[in-house]
Amino acid sequence: MTLPLRLEMEDFLFEEAALLDNWKLDQWLALFTPDAEYQVPSTDLAKDADPHDSLFYIADDFERLEQRVLRLKKRTMWSEQPRSKTRHLLSNVRILENDDADIHLEAGFAVYRTKWGHTDLYVGAYDYLLRRTPEGMRIRRKRSVLDLDGLRPQGRVSILL
Amino acid sequence: MNAMEPRPLVVEDGPRALFQVARRAFTDDEVMSAEYDAVFNRCWLYLGHESEVPKNGDFLRRMVAKRNLVFTRDQSGTLNAFFNTCPHRGAEVCREAKGNTKTFVCFYHGWAFGTDGKAKMIPGGDRYGADFKEQGRGNLVSVPRFDNYRGLCFVNFDPEAGSLVDYLGNAREYLDLVIDQSDAGMTIVKGMQEYAIRANWKLLVENSNDGYHAATTHATYLDYLGNTHAKGEEVALSGVGRDLGNGHAVVEYSSPWGRPVARWIPKWGEEGKKELDAIRARLEELHGREKAERIAFKNRNLLIFPNLVVNDIMAVTFRTFYPVAPDYMNVNGWALAPARESEWARQYRLDNFLEFLGPGGFATPDDVEALESCQAGYQNSHESGAEWNDISKGMGLDPSYDDEIQMRAFWKEWNRRVAPTLAAEETR
Repeated sequence: MTLPLRLEMEDFLFEEAALLDNWKLDQWLALFTPDAEYQVPSTDLAKDADPHDSLFYIADDFERLEQRVLRLKKRTMWSEQPRSKTRHLLSNVRILENDDADIHLEAGFAVYRTKWGHTDLYVGAYDYLLRRTPEGMRIRRKRSVLDLDGLRPQGRVSILL
Repeated sequence: MNAMEPRPLVVEDGPRALFQVARRAFTDDEVMSAEYDAVFNRCWLYLGHESEVPKNGDFLRRMVAKRNLVFTRDQSGTLNAFFNTCPHRGAEVCREAKGNTKTFVCFYHGWAFGTDGKAKMIPGGDRYGADFKEQGRGNLVSVPRFDNYRGLCFVNFDPEAGSLVDYLGNAREYLDLVIDQSDAGMTIVKGMQEYAIRANWKLLVENSNDGYHAATTHATYLDYLGNTHAKGEEVALSGVGRDLGNGHAVVEYSSPWGRPVARWIPKWGEEGKKELDAIRARLEELHGREKAERIAFKNRNLLIFPNLVVNDIMAVTFRTFYPVAPDYMNVNGWALAPARESEWARQYRLDNFLEFLGPGGFATPDDVEALESCQAGYQNSHESGAEWNDISKGMGLDPSYDDEIQMRAFWKEWNRRVAPTLAAEETR
């Protein structure tokens, strides 16, 4: 029963990853719903931590995510100018809930960022809430929970995870 | 060059408005070694905030200047700092990042300790000498000095060091302006930003109170403010830098961004205005109008020598950082907030924080890039003509927030401490 759904979700997620790795950021942003959340919790927090009372690395609503993308496209966004090379790998996709409108799933990720001779690895789990809309599949929430003890040596999350 | 005459690291010439720092101070192993001897092993260093261990039995592990420490609030409520190492054979007695316990147990041979560091149980303890316990040989070792300034806990690895209060000196006035933001006390928000930068730690000292770089390095952040914040009374960046003595320094200035305590911006709406007016009225009641307005409207980027940064800006951040190598540092960052604050205010505080600060903010990643770029440039630090940084901006002029007097304050104290140690090591 869930195999076709999982394949459909994987196709969607692989396309999303390709948009990021090709720096097609406007198309990537268009995948999000207007009430979307995009989050990266600090690494000492519980995976269900609440950004309203805890300090995250990133806790964007759609407006700030839009500004994040706008910033990433500017020549004056020094940390990604020149742009880094990235590779978003994801696997172990598991559908946790599916109520027709919303699909809650988890996937493992490994994102590599290469710049100035350094290749840094961001590894962890994606927690996605996806929504079927008349315009197609959309992302209502994307939370990237890092399996790291801090961003050492990565130093920053200037790319999109 | 005469081997007996060490090469200077800092050169100051007031009449010529010249202040230079040798770039090898950012690259050389022997400089870092002298820094540990003369700075990190002698100065008061920030350990944590008392609110991080609020209940009796609370503990956390923390690295401070290469030491592996445990910070506890023991069963009597007293705060302690211990070396995280068993007095028996050295294994760590605390192997969790944080928590609450009555006992630390070393898993190697089962020695157990209270949160006050006292030995509680030693398996086979009757096989030790009669006065083993009396000699304290079963207790955890405390850091030589531990003190608390209004909730900010510091350690010092030099048993002969002077008092913390004297050390903080003139910087206390500015710490008070942060701590006095709430009469309910201040607290560290859950969640710690731990990251690294591939650059020398002193680059982050300079960067943390550098008003000069805002317009260029942070062009996209200023664009962001312009894009998202409804137009209102625009406040320009303006203010002064001050040398506070002992290497401490501050820039104090007004700014276009909102402050949760307590400068309202139109983006925060009528509800926010009511709330911030109430906060300001309370501050005025407690501290009088002049100090209340200073707390509410002015930003402060404060450096407590050598490496505690307290930036009271669009949110309050505490930050410490230590060199692992001359070209690599580990950074810890926290958000400080009033212990009692409405959900609304906490939300805007954290929004403000994340918009600018930290590894995912709209500003800090560009600072990281700038610092790493400086470090990359220092590969040329031994080339004739490329050996010096220029830190002279504003010398002999009226102070301005975007000058460099605050960095000169740091460098003078750094040089006073490091130069003799380095010279002794170089001529050895």
